Amino acid sequence: MSKNKTIYDHFMKRWHTLTDKKYFWPLFMITGISFCTAASTFEFIDLYLQLILIYVGINIILTVSLNLINGYMGEFSVGHAGFMAVGAYVASLLTVHVFPTGAQNLLFPLAILAGGLAAALVGFLVAIPSFKTRGDYLAIVTLAFCMIVKSVLENIDAIGGPRGLLGMGKLTTLPWVFFWTALSVWIIRNLVYSNFGRGVLSIREDEIASDLMSVNTRQVKIIAFVVSSFFAGIAGGLFAHALQFINPRMFDIIKSTDILIMVYLGGIASIAGSVIGAIIYTILLEVLRPLGVWRMVFMPLMLVLLMIYRPRGIMGLKEARMFMPLRDFVTEKLWRQKKKEAGDATP
Amino acid sequence: MAYIFQQILNALQLGSIYALIALGYTMVYGILTMINFAHGDLFMVGAFFCFLLAVYLHLSFVPTLLLSMIGVAFLGVVIERLAYKPLRNAPRVSAIITALGVGLFLENFTLALSPYPKHIPQLLENTTWIVGSLSISSLQILIIVLSLALMVILDFIVQHTKAGMAMRAISWDKTVVPLMGVPVNKIISVTFAIGTGLGGAAGVMYGLAYPVIDPYMGIMVGWKAFICAVVGGIGNIRGAMIGGFILGAVEIMVGAFFPSTYRDFVAFTLLLILLIVRPYGILGKPQPQKV
Amino acid sequence: MKKSSLLIILLVIFSLGIFGCSDDSSKIKIGVIAELTGDVPAVGTSCKNAAEMAVQEINDAGGIQLGEKKYPVKLLIEDNAGKADQSAAAAQKLITQQKVTAIVGPNASRYALPAAEIAETSKTVLITPWSTAPKATLDSKTNAPKKYVFRACFIDPFQGGVVAKFTLNDLKLKKAAVLYDVASEYNKGIAEIFKEVYEKNGGKIVAFETYTTNDKDFSSQLTKIKQAAPEIIFLPNYYSEVPLQIQQAKRLGITVPFIGSDSWGSEELLKLCGQDCEGYYFSTHYAADSASDTTKKFITSYKAKYGSTPDDVAALTYDSFGLLWQSLKTAGKNDRQAVRDALAKIPQFEGVTGNMQFQEGSGDPIKSAVILKIKDGKFTWFANAKP
Repeated sequence: MSKNKTIYDHFMKRWHTLTDKKYFWPLFMITGISFCTAASTFEFIDLYLQLILIYVGINIILTVSLNLINGYMGEFSVGHAGFMAVGAYVASLLTVHVFPTGAQNLLFPLAILAGGLAAALVGFLVAIPSFKTRGDYLAIVTLAFCMIVKSVLENIDAIGGPRGLLGMGKLTTLPWVFFWTALSVWIIRNLVYSNFGRGVLSIREDEIASDLMSVNTRQVKIIAFVVSSFFAGIAGGLFAHALQFINPRMFDIIKSTDILIMVYLGGIASIAGSVIGAIIYTILLEVLRPLGVWRMVFMPLMLVLLMIYRPRGIMGLKEARMFMPLRDFVTEKLWRQKKKEAGDATP
Repeated sequence: MAYIFQQILNALQLGSIYALIALGYTMVYGILTMINFAHGDLFMVGAFFCFLLAVYLHLSFVPTLLLSMIGVAFLGVVIERLAYKPLRNAPRVSAIITALGVGLFLENFTLALSPYPKHIPQLLENTTWIVGSLSISSLQILIIVLSLALMVILDFIVQHTKAGMAMRAISWDKTVVPLMGVPVNKIISVTFAIGTGLGGAAGVMYGLAYPVIDPYMGIMVGWKAFICAVVGGIGNIRGAMIGGFILGAVEIMVGAFFPSTYRDFVAFTLLLILLIVRPYGILGKPQPQKV
Repeated sequence: MKKSSLLIILLVIFSLGIFGCSDDSSKIKIGVIAELTGDVPAVGTSCKNAAEMAVQEINDAGGIQLGEKKYPVKLLIEDNAGKADQSAAAAQKLITQQKVTAIVGPNASRYALPAAEIAETSKTVLITPWSTAPKATLDSKTNAPKKYVFRACFIDPFQGGVVAKFTLNDLKLKKAAVLYDVASEYNKGIAEIFKEVYEKNGGKIVAFETYTTNDKDFSSQLTKIKQAAPEIIFLPNYYSEVPLQIQQAKRLGITVPFIGSDSWGSEELLKLCGQDCEGYYFSTHYAADSASDTTKKFITSYKAKYGSTPDDVAALTYDSFGLLWQSLKTAGKNDRQAVRDALAKIPQFEGVTGNMQFQEGSGDPIKSAVILKIKDGKFTWFANAKP
């Protein structure tokens, strides 16, 4: 690190004093929502760009929620798309069949919330069998669950079966996506740096030891699953109303794989990493569209190279200064310094 | 009655193919504790090699089978050296994501080179014997017999040869075994070669049984075979074989008595129940965790 | 700093990719969504070939005459990769970013439906050349006809009836079984219509089996069908699945004939099926070997340019473009609403696939169908079926 203060350092210092303040996040939300509402009403960001930003937001929610389980808790859950499917279907059914057409815009947040709650319920059901299994077996349980959800949705003809559900209004707008994205990042970030979050991290490091240290591992695991699936459900509801069409095939193992890639690309156990991973993946996929079918050859190759040279992802285990509480940041800085000194001191 | 027998034959055929692929997964896991998610796609590559050899070089069945197996085995070893070796000491999830990446790469590369589904010409005389109202095709019998033969050979290699002994040793303790003079890298390569070779053979047989192949055929089959390996107890070769036949049986039987859309649902629910009741798989042993 | 430079690079790539498209107001932009990769690439390629040929022909003539000037046409092709959500995304991109005047495609009904939904809400004309499922032009909630979605082919209520009546009256077979893909709009729709018309006219459906898209093993369903002893089996499925089904059926000892619908229409079917499909019938949109003069001219130019006989998808795509050219000329301006209004008012259109009559209030033309027979490894005309 350079000893001279560059403009970047100067700026970052000012920035961090701002983000450390308590009122930062609510202010950020309000500014962001107003900007987005203005943008979508006056269309100074063109519609296609808005669609991309909506996808980015949805992917951020998915990535951050999966990171809670895979990154912070150290498990290997492969069924995230299943929770997304539940949220998407419940929210869509509500807006298409239950809510009166006129009030759709007003009742939209309710539909999304209902989708999230339904997904959380399903997450609760999945968390229960996950206790008997460890490690790779959890991957199987979540995988099986994802396939079961897809299969169940395919078999219920009343909601369109394998042919899908149509007719959702285009209710997902940029301000809504911004709201839900910021909300989920904020909640998960707060969760991770709370006492509960300490429990989650300790389970990752050593489950038996944390059990001995009076961390109620069962409860922590269940709550983490439920929270993670809640946000996946919300992302699903937003996704359904952006695309105006969903079918069970969209939520299969390939979608789960996409989310996994975003998590590991951005970096495990890092909120900034999830945000970056989601942004890079979504945008890169769009930008590389002119390559046609070769873009899907290029992407996995890049991923493999990244994994070989940076196995923990772009921001693996490191966190952006903005997201960390001040005390954590200071502690970590001291720890790194000590480690460096110890490294320097060894002969 | 004949109807049931017919379905049992169908189940045996499907089960043998799943079992062959599951063997590949289980072997790699047993040695490296790594789930090679690209295995399903190597199976697909095997089918494509078979297509290329049959259509462009006009080879008959046996050379096609052998060459495809060797080709896929070679590819498997190359992938292991390039992509998995650097990650042997990295966190396990990175290796898994790399495997997913390699799988995606194989799928899309094949797609880029050949966007149309391809047809494999008939390499074998396919006679159908009618016994009462039961219809047995020679292809079905061949697939079942060949798969069983390969499994027996594999079992023999693992249990009764020096290389097999080395493989089993490495799966118990990776650090001490090199000190005993076992060339770890070589053995790992051999394991990969055998495992992926079997997957390639499964690809060829699948291609013969269902002659229209496309680049995405490996995904679902791969994940299902992975589940077979886990059901049988991952790391256990005999378990993988049993798991393969169980899944084949469940899929066919569900299709026989219910609409086919229930197939996945029933299969995976049964799997889930099995894992809850016996979390380590049928032949797996509970691994005690040392604190 | 490493991180800030990374950020800047990303922003540059981002802006280049998203903002890099120039705006061409001197050209008429038409979008095409085709299944170039995925499970039915032969369909997408035919569509793309015919589209490019149609656009090249009109541009060679100088463009479309709108008022005083002649405007050249620019074709923008998007691949939906055989996925429904990609269809929807491609439609969004063409409509909002590329600002096309109209869209042609997608072809398979399961991909056409989501794209049609988006076109309808965005008030852009969409003509699907090949999708025969009635839902494509109907509003999903109210079942009223859509205003902006049209098609160039007949619909399945007509086609299913044609096949059923042909089986009963011409082939004189009274017991049929059906194996269809329950996960796909087209297959399920036409299977159900076939069953309804067949039973209403005195036939009996002895087995009605389903599978899911991408299934490769049909042995359990075919064993069930064999058990039910039908006289003929109806396979309203796509060209990549039918060969597998027929071959597996024969291996199980099933000897009865098979009959199909317009999803059989691709040359790829003959390549993948070989001898096994000899002698079977199917319904489709046009017959290459029994053609009128306009059709013959189209077939010759297509053959000269691409080296193969055009299939029904190609012919219908060519006709979709013909419809568009006529609407643009009538509308007199490059405006989505005007094109839509002109298109809805076309009473009769003489196309490569025959005579099409449009009725006000519906995007579905009234057209006849043909029955083709697979003879000597080729599609040969067998009979006509008028509405």
